[in-house]
Amino acid sequence: MSRLNEANTLLAKEIIGRYPKARSATIPLLHLSQQQNGHITNDAIAHIAELVGATSAEVLGTCTFYEMFKMEPVGKYLVNICGTMSCQLLGADELMHHAEHSLGVKAGGTTADGMFTLEHAECQAACTEAPNMQVNYRHCHRMTTEKFDQLIDDLRAGRLDGDIPQHGTLARVRQVIPAEKAAGVALPDVPVEPAWMADGGKS
Amino acid sequence: MSDTAETTEEVVVDPNAVNITINGVPHVARKGQLVIDAAADAGEYIPRFCYHERMTPVGKCRMCLVECDSGRGPAVTVSCMVPVAPDMKVDTESPTTKRMQEGILELLLANHPLDCPVCDKGGECPLQDQAFSHGPGESRYVEEKRHYEKPIAISDLVFLDRERCILCDRCTRFADEVAGDALIHFNSRGNNTHITTFPDEPFASYFSGNTVQICPVGALTAKPYRFKARPWDLAQQESTCTTCSVGCRTVVQTSRDELLRVMGVDSDPVNHGWLCDRGRFDFESVKSEHRVQQPLVRVGADLQPATWNSAIAAAAALITEALAAGGAGSVAVLGGARGTNEDAFAWARLGHEVIGTPNVYAQMGDGLPAGLLALPRATIDQMASAATVVLLGPDLKEELPVLYLRLRAAAEKGRTRVIEFAPRHTGLTSYAWKHIGYEPGTQVQAMKSALADEAVAAQLAAGPVVVVAGRANLAESSAATVAAVREVLAAVPGATVLPAFRRGNVVGALQVGMRPRPGGLDTRGTLQAAAAGKIECLVLVGADPLSDFPDTDLARRGLAGATRIIAVDTFVTESAARANVVLAASAYAEKSGTHTNLEGRVTSLAAAVTPAGNCRADWMIAADLALELGTDLGYGSVADVTSDIAAKVAGHAGVTPDAVAGDGVLAEVNPQLDPMNQVEVQVGERNAYEYRLVVSRVLYDQAVGTAMSPSLAHLTRASAVHLHPLDIERVGTTDGARVKVSSTRTSVVFGVVADPSVLRGTAWVPFNQPGPEVGELIDCFAAVNDVRIETI
Amino acid sequence: MSSYPWAAGYIDDGDRPKIVTSRFQHDDGFTLDRYHATGGYQGLRAALGRTPAEVHEEVKKATVLGRGGAGFPAGTKWGLMPAGKFPRYLVVNGDESEPGTYKDRLLMERDPHQLIEGCLIAAYAAGLSQVFLYIRGEMPLAHERVATALNEAYAAGYIGKHILGSKFSVDIVLHWGAGAYVVGEETALIESLEGKRGEPRLKPPFFPAAIGLYGQPTIVNNVETLSNLPWIAVNGAAAFTAIGTETSPGTRMVAVSGHVNRPGVYEIINGTTTFRDLLYGEEFCQGIRNGNELKAFVPGGGSAPWFTPEQLDLPFEGRQVGAAGSMLGSGAIMVMDHTTDIPKAALTLTHFYAAESCGQCTPCREGGTWLERVLQRVVDGRGSRADLDQLLEIGESICPGSFPHASSTTLGLAATPFPYKMTTICFVGPSAYAPVHSALTLFREEFEAKIVERKHIPVTVGAPEHE
Ligand SMILES: Cc1cc2nc3c(=O)[nH]c(=O)nc-3n(C[C@H](O)[C@H](O)[C@H](O)COP(=O)(O)O)c2cc1C
Ligand code: SF4
Ligand code: FES
Repeated sequence: MSRLNEANTLLAKEIIGRYPKARSATIPLLHLSQQQNGHITNDAIAHIAELVGATSAEVLGTCTFYEMFKMEPVGKYLVNICGTMSCQLLGADELMHHAEHSLGVKAGGTTADGMFTLEHAECQAACTEAPNMQVNYRHCHRMTTEKFDQLIDDLRAGRLDGDIPQHGTLARVRQVIPAEKAAGVALPDVPVEPAWMADGGKS
Repeated sequence: MSDTAETTEEVVVDPNAVNITINGVPHVARKGQLVIDAAADAGEYIPRFCYHERMTPVGKCRMCLVECDSGRGPAVTVSCMVPVAPDMKVDTESPTTKRMQEGILELLLANHPLDCPVCDKGGECPLQDQAFSHGPGESRYVEEKRHYEKPIAISDLVFLDRERCILCDRCTRFADEVAGDALIHFNSRGNNTHITTFPDEPFASYFSGNTVQICPVGALTAKPYRFKARPWDLAQQESTCTTCSVGCRTVVQTSRDELLRVMGVDSDPVNHGWLCDRGRFDFESVKSEHRVQQPLVRVGADLQPATWNSAIAAAAALITEALAAGGAGSVAVLGGARGTNEDAFAWARLGHEVIGTPNVYAQMGDGLPAGLLALPRATIDQMASAATVVLLGPDLKEELPVLYLRLRAAAEKGRTRVIEFAPRHTGLTSYAWKHIGYEPGTQVQAMKSALADEAVAAQLAAGPVVVVAGRANLAESSAATVAAVREVLAAVPGATVLPAFRRGNVVGALQVGMRPRPGGLDTRGTLQAAAAGKIECLVLVGADPLSDFPDTDLARRGLAGATRIIAVDTFVTESAARANVVLAASAYAEKSGTHTNLEGRVTSLAAAVTPAGNCRADWMIAADLALELGTDLGYGSVADVTSDIAAKVAGHAGVTPDAVAGDGVLAEVNPQLDPMNQVEVQVGERNAYEYRLVVSRVLYDQAVGTAMSPSLAHLTRASAVHLHPLDIERVGTTDGARVKVSSTRTSVVFGVVADPSVLRGTAWVPFNQPGPEVGELIDCFAAVNDVRIETI
Repeated sequence: MSSYPWAAGYIDDGDRPKIVTSRFQHDDGFTLDRYHATGGYQGLRAALGRTPAEVHEEVKKATVLGRGGAGFPAGTKWGLMPAGKFPRYLVVNGDESEPGTYKDRLLMERDPHQLIEGCLIAAYAAGLSQVFLYIRGEMPLAHERVATALNEAYAAGYIGKHILGSKFSVDIVLHWGAGAYVVGEETALIESLEGKRGEPRLKPPFFPAAIGLYGQPTIVNNVETLSNLPWIAVNGAAAFTAIGTETSPGTRMVAVSGHVNRPGVYEIINGTTTFRDLLYGEEFCQGIRNGNELKAFVPGGGSAPWFTPEQLDLPFEGRQVGAAGSMLGSGAIMVMDHTTDIPKAALTLTHFYAAESCGQCTPCREGGTWLERVLQRVVDGRGSRADLDQLLEIGESICPGSFPHASSTTLGLAATPFPYKMTTICFVGPSAYAPVHSALTLFREEFEAKIVERKHIPVTVGAPEHE
């Protein structure tokens, strides 16, 4: 059983309500499910398919397209080492080598204690701060082997719990659109000209 | 300028013409036409894999790239997505075009296994062919190829080999866009992209076989055909599918006198190339070892093989005795909807003219009155382009699958708004503009209040209206539906009707004469008379009342009461087993002739294999029997019968052998058909403790065509009573439990299925499924049938 | 935590005009209070005081070239929507993933209200009924900052129904990405936003402005593009075009990374600053690390053909860079010094594009991986001379005809301007080839040096690992 729980189902419905078509909420709901379970299960996919009005095969097709959705359990911390150009020019290979050695797993593997999954990653939009890595997508800039070991120590000791939630929690702040303030969705098959365009819009 | 006979030539400018050149040769294309199609019209075939005329172009495979110059120099153009433009210069032979084609083919072959010798597609494979005609000739790819588990079953009927797949998006597009069953989909990304189903959710589509037909490589294969033949060994003939009355155009392929495969033909007015899986695969039943191979004559308790001469003599004797005992009115002929028009016409003549009985009928008490065929008729195309379709009938997806595809497409593309009246949700409900659920017996009221609705009235006034009418519920008199049809026709004078009659050639059989003459009995009347001992001889022409007639008890009593029974059939069905004589009939693809579909289109049927054993065509049997009875029908060949129909049946004058070729010809409405007479339906109030019974067919049932086709036989579902979840609670039972269902007739124990598509207060049971017989509960004389449901 | 530094990478030296980074000096530039204190939402108020058409005209006059890569002027793009067709949508492209690119993340993390205000001005001017702000999945801080800012802005009446008491009403919906570079391509972005696989749509025939999200007219604009609008609304188009050049007005955010002394993100004056200024200037990168030699640099994101020191004096200006055989793309410069292993650098980029291919079209799906495998073999010292020609042949199947590259006088080759011919649906496929082509035409000897010609293949028991 890893369908969305009751609270998340309510949240899911609220998210769906923001889009002109329910299926648009597929990715946000997959994130929600990953936040709940740490990874994506088939049950969750079937549930999301129900919620957004698609087939499970379609939701699975979307899910497997995107890097961030994990169909198998991963560690509490996903350690992504960037290997794209700028990072590679400034020592990404060495950093990865060190990480593999110090965590005792190859890239793609998870440590025996289930704490860390190590992965090769592509450009993390921090190229001037190379070499880079992310822990659960939180950026760590200008990494060195010493900084890496310190970081792993801190994570193991729980010293960074306040900064880095466990894998699956994307953002700790959610958008809330208060019902009384909302302008409302713009349905594609309701061809209304926006009110503010009616006069002067064409002048 | 000379002032003599010089007339200025009228230059007619066709607003839809677009002048282009293809490889330097001028060509007139149509506005909006894609370059790839325009080139094909001009005789230049541009290679392609993903492009399919009946689906939205996606431009993914890139095989069709050519150079086109629209005034700004030659540009790389995806010919399957780009429409022609005035003065465009298309070059399908430029060095860049050639280089691109070779490049794409090399890349497509990079990961394609070279297992052509053991591949079903080898010999008819677009990839193989185009690699030969447009490829580089050699591959420089020396890297490791992609590996996947070899063929995985994605459904009961279809296997997928992902190593062979070139990711053209045809099957997935078909599933999503044409069939509406998006159950196969791309997965993963980039070089790892592959097709799969969701785990435990197979590609259980009624249309899955089409994906095999349109796959441009051997990635999708159909279980019934795998490793059966090599394409170069196949002989093929165009024909028509007779599984239901849509009459899809097909080619029937054989090898060494064995039926091996049926493929859809792209017929513009009918099926657009598609077939349902039942129609595609039920040819297996023709090859069944259980076929009756020679005539059988009852000797004591047993049916024993006999020669044709002795069997015809025995049958003639039964008829002669009957005539002597009870006169012509004591003989009845039922059936004929399964054969060709020629079969039906010969049998109608035998019944009406030779025997002289008015009791001839092609329907099994499960359709609508033949008079519906006298109403102004719509074609399938008219339905699919109407502004509004009023759907008053069965679940088209279950009964007339390709008609469902056509109507679904029309609704999806926004061309047509469907107003559906149905006692439960159908395959079309989610595409309908309005779904009006009604409790059996109340369709007239439902129709009246819908017609009074302003939005509906406005919609009906918005353009052409087609009424699709059929029998939605076998546990209810057809009169209510007929009355509802009258309501629409009265409200919308220009509306036309597409009769959603189900059985293969039922429309043809009714039109050419297998219907009662004045004073004659229909099937219900015949069975009732037989039960009362008034039928001296019952002739069943491919009819099996025991499994097909909705009121099982009446069918049983009728067969028991008939003094003599002659069965003409391909199998010893439950009903045929009661016969005194069984005449072995040849089956689909064993005989030629013509077929009439529900819009009245007459097309041809090909004899592709020799009949099993000593089987004969129904028309031949009728002619033999007539001769034995002293009348020569005058038929030496099937063509004689075809011409006789053209000469004698009103509306069929144009149905000549030439006209029935290809897409065929529309027969005109037979003016002799009786218009529908007005029957008042009196429906009592439903007792609050009872449920109104709804019984209808699903695609796979126990009819011989499916039951005798090994690939389809196991696709039936269990006979069970489906209730709305809230009614399940009300009954006090649970999904999957067993309940006692009682009608005025008897009680039957069924499993319960929770089914939100069922209207509250009604109970739906699929007809003719394995398990308890719902027909036992039905009284075919009642306007509606109510049942009590109790826990046990 | 310490590895979460404020505005990491942003460098503000010298006294250049600032249009989009003016609040980066504040640690709390992302809060509504600070935004208010620094002129926030004045652009929106100014816009609401004019007609939508007037605001649109102003943006057109300012010629804000798209900052996402293609450089198409925003105002002109808005004008491409079919008249009278509604609803129209705005999709904000915050998917920043092009190798070397680092600016949109900063703009979202450091000044989310500026982006929101830009969205509102665009929606008002172009009659866009709903805004979707698509943020790359791997940027949780940007999510949190933008979500907080949106919540604040709703509460303050800047977004939603009857904005600031006017007739203007619009919602801005924050949307999550989930890790797929190709989704940054505008039509793939739309597919993704529809809940589907992020596969680019073919264009032509249809561009999003005509047929976009849910088949409706849709504007896709980059985060930086939109972040310029509040400033323009307050200061006017004339003030904007007074900065930069006629063809490239305003400023641009540029990230310079790799082997320089001071890699960083700079807001530079558009069109005038030269690459030499950027790489060597005191207020910019201050030269190559360790005093090394410059070997090559990528001028506009990973897809751009490479430049060598010969192009250093070109200004950061689209047309001139295009004429020289490359592009400015997303404003990302990656610098390689003389110690760089060129084939390996090329492999890194080719690997990126091959791995990020959506997989729908044949040349990219098959060709990208093939390029990567052959290149890998060469880099590993297992390649042959034939492999080098094979690389160019595969490239020819992706981009038939000449491919753009730096107009190197030493090679004597004429530059090929965009657009070049390509057999793919989108630019990912050609991008996998661009680094191979650049590296192989500019530095072929480095590839050849990696090739150990084998006269015969020794058959030994316990063969070497590689074979
Ligand atoms: C493969 C590919 C990736 C792209 N990635 C991005 C991106 O991450 N962010 C972005 O703003 N534009 C990206 N673009 C450009 C967009 O397609 C589009 O041109 C841009 O978002 C339009 O916004 P602008 O006019 O404001 O620049 C990409 C284009 C391609 C072909
Ligand atoms: S070029 Fe690559 S990423 Fe772009 S559409 Fe084709 S396969 Fe997808
Ligand atoms: S047939 Fe045109 S791209 Fe496949």
